[in-house]
Amino acid sequence: MANKVTLTREFLKGLWEQNAVFKQVLGMCPVLAVTVSAENGIAMALATTFALVFSSFIVSLIKNWIPAQVRIAAYILIIATFVTIVDLVMKAQFPSLSKALGPFIPLIIVNCLILGRQEAFASKNSVLRAVLDALGMGTGFLIALFLLGSTRELFGSGTILGFQIMPDVYEPWLIMILPAGAFLTLGLMMGFFRTYSEKKKRVERDSIVDKYLRAKKVAETNPLEAN
Amino acid sequence: MKIIIHMLVTLTVIGVISGGLLSQISGWADPLIAEHRQQETESAIFEVQPSAKKYEKVTSVNYELYKVFDENGNDMGYALPYEGNGFQGKIRLMVGINHTLDQVVGMRVLEQVETPGLGTKIVTDPSNKENNSWFPEQFNGVQPTPEISVVKNAKPSKKSEIMAITGATISSKAVVAIINSGIQELRKLQEEVK
Repeated sequence: MANKVTLTREFLKGLWEQNAVFKQVLGMCPVLAVTVSAENGIAMALATTFALVFSSFIVSLIKNWIPAQVRIAAYILIIATFVTIVDLVMKAQFPSLSKALGPFIPLIIVNCLILGRQEAFASKNSVLRAVLDALGMGTGFLIALFLLGSTRELFGSGTILGFQIMPDVYEPWLIMILPAGAFLTLGLMMGFFRTYSEKKKRVERDSIVDKYLRAKKVAETNPLEAN
Repeated sequence: MKIIIHMLVTLTVIGVISGGLLSQISGWADPLIAEHRQQETESAIFEVQPSAKKYEKVTSVNYELYKVFDENGNDMGYALPYEGNGFQGKIRLMVGINHTLDQVVGMRVLEQVETPGLGTKIVTDPSNKENNSWFPEQFNGVQPTPEISVVKNAKPSKKSEIMAITGATISSKAVVAIINSGIQELRKLQEEVK
């Protein structure tokens, strides 16, 4: 079944079609909590991607040895190892970033995006596919967190990645960097993207119906020709 | 039975490998993390006691306290990291005070989780273009005798007063309360020494 899908698709599907945040609505807790600025969003997504890629790699490597009864425990153990590595490296090398993300880094362990990909994908596919899938999902997560983070930062503090974008007279909307702003932005973005993809679907469907109706009309007015 | 052994072995093996790997990495990371913490404390001490050149940890008390000296070894006072409740969570700050405990030299907030845009003005206030750290700077030279107090919507008229942040009175008062109780603690210590 999986072999029908090309390797590039395996990577690309995570970017948009099955985007973890906008389409699968997974891993919402870090999405809502840390996206007060674009920088935090990027850091969070990179940390998650690192843990996701390595966990997917290991899980798909040893998938045949893990008894089904304890698979979740085994996945959590593997994920926790990599998340702790990220946490320690961040604390040692990027102390200010680690301070800004606070307790959310250790919480990646229970991020349902990572566990979800292990259960749904890595435990059923080859190592290469699992890693590509993880990279795609991670990149999709990065795109989503960057979009959310930069929007909130733009309206909430008038900057993007720390650079002043809004003119000096702009009064920042405080609500955007408060928790409520996360829900508002995420809801509006999801609504916007959903409208777009629904519209695309409708246009496609309409064109098929249109084609059929035209063929039918031709057949009715001119039965001989149609035969 | 077989499956139980299989389960136990799998989880044990994963656990042992993971534990071994993590202990290696934390062996590398721990000294670096301790160093960052040390540096942070040090830079905060010299920020709240700008004329100090040396510092020394006071070991006779059960809380963190640093005594600071100038280049000739003269007693310049104390740098005291102290914490208390803010509006939403803990505020941790460092206060520098002279050795007679009647003048604050400087104050710096180390950790806080106040409301972004309002309570966070206790650290920096981006809406004040001339001086975005006007709030912490108010403490330079304040005289905590008997203690520091907060005034609202007015310029402080006494040497012991500071002005509250508009929209963040609770955070402003919290900072002052933490400093006051820290200074109380130091006074107790000096009484004991006498």
